[in-house]
Amino acid sequence: MTKNIRLVLGALVGILLLRNLYVILFNLPDEMEQGPVYRIFYYHLPAFFAAILCYITALVASSMYLIKKNLRYDAIAMSATEVGLAFAAVNLITGMIWGRISWGIWWAWDARLTWALICWLVYFGYLMLRQAIDDPTERAKNSAVLSIFAFVSVAITYKAIEWWRTQHPGPVLSIRTGKQLIDPIMENMLYMNFLALATLAVLMVIIRLNQEEMQRQIDGLRRRAHAI
Amino acid sequence: MVFLQIAAKDLRSELRTKESLNASLSFAVVILLLFSFAFDPSSEAVAEFSGGLLWLVFAFAGALILNRSFARELPNDCLEVLIASPVSGAQLFLGKTVASFVLLLTIEVICLPIFGIFYDITWIPQALPLLGIFALGTWGMTILGTLFSALTVNLSLRELMLPMLLYPLMLPALMAAMRLTTILLAGNAIAGNDMVWLRLLIGFDIIFTALSLALVETILVR
Repeated sequence: MTKNIRLVLGALVGILLLRNLYVILFNLPDEMEQGPVYRIFYYHLPAFFAAILCYITALVASSMYLIKKNLRYDAIAMSATEVGLAFAAVNLITGMIWGRISWGIWWAWDARLTWALICWLVYFGYLMLRQAIDDPTERAKNSAVLSIFAFVSVAITYKAIEWWRTQHPGPVLSIRTGKQLIDPIMENMLYMNFLALATLAVLMVIIRLNQEEMQRQIDGLRRRAHAI
Repeated sequence: MVFLQIAAKDLRSELRTKESLNASLSFAVVILLLFSFAFDPSSEAVAEFSGGLLWLVFAFAGALILNRSFARELPNDCLEVLIASPVSGAQLFLGKTVASFVLLLTIEVICLPIFGIFYDITWIPQALPLLGIFALGTWGMTILGTLFSALTVNLSLRELMLPMLLYPLMLPALMAAMRLTTILLAGNAIAGNDMVWLRLLIGFDIIFTALSLALVETILVR
């Protein structure tokens, strides 16, 4: 059953991604000021939204684990965080490539960039902590608490960095925040690609969950073999 | 008020061995010394990022103290006994936080004059507001740090994991404390737009104290 769902989702994601890539590369016009490089934006922003979606899923799943003590929620939180980190990395890297071409520098200490990096480090710490704990229930419990703390802190940091950085305005800030995607064709494309990447994220979480389930079965079998 | 007894116990055992106090104080002084090689210590610019320097030192020294907070109870299974005792998890946690808070604040109060001497910073006129900011920032660091100390106490990589988790998460408090300390060390008062940092610092302390007290029971009970 889940195999069928995965196949259908996979096919859907494949078609969507290919179709979007085709439209982005061949059908859409260049942007007036930036030229062709603006197309990276169709992956940059949707990847960010997909990552945020994953982090929120992780927060909800972690809270659910603390309430219900069901290891399945822990597996969801872990998978969602891992996939979220992957999408956040896509977001960071595409942003850096765009920045290199548009601003001439790979990295600017702008509020959003700094925040995205901190966000990434915080959730990377979450995965590090998971790796360091062997006992499954202990790991689930501790990482669930960390996940909640991570989300709250990341939310506060978002506002704080904005105050911090805008007090020293950089040359990049107005480009970042004042930009409006006016053309509805472009905006629609953004939503289409968000749909594609979000579906991809769901698919990856499902696959990761399945792996985790298998891992648990293997561990159980191994324990039984040792007992014999 | 059981948490005060826990705090007193922790402080007493720390003062008898002076294990983490000596280590983190000397570590803090070493870092203060190292900074002088990273930039020109006599330049005017030092005043502009003095708060940042000072809080980096405190953050490093704090990690050493916070690491010991729960790890101190590991020999002879003291932690198991504390958890099994009728003291609630929140009280135990609060007691440990207060103990770390007092230790770290002591180190900060010792470091400030040393910093003033080394880098020619005048801090005496602003001593009282500075102490207030130190207290607020240190509380934010210790409340999060003690929670992570409990979270990582059973790990073999404990010493590494704690700062890895703590520094990015305490960033809002650290930013606010750095900013406010710099303002005060420059001889200005905290007013107008800068009040937002004070509010952030206080808000951070309240939010994470509440969150930690609510969640610490789940961490401690195995």
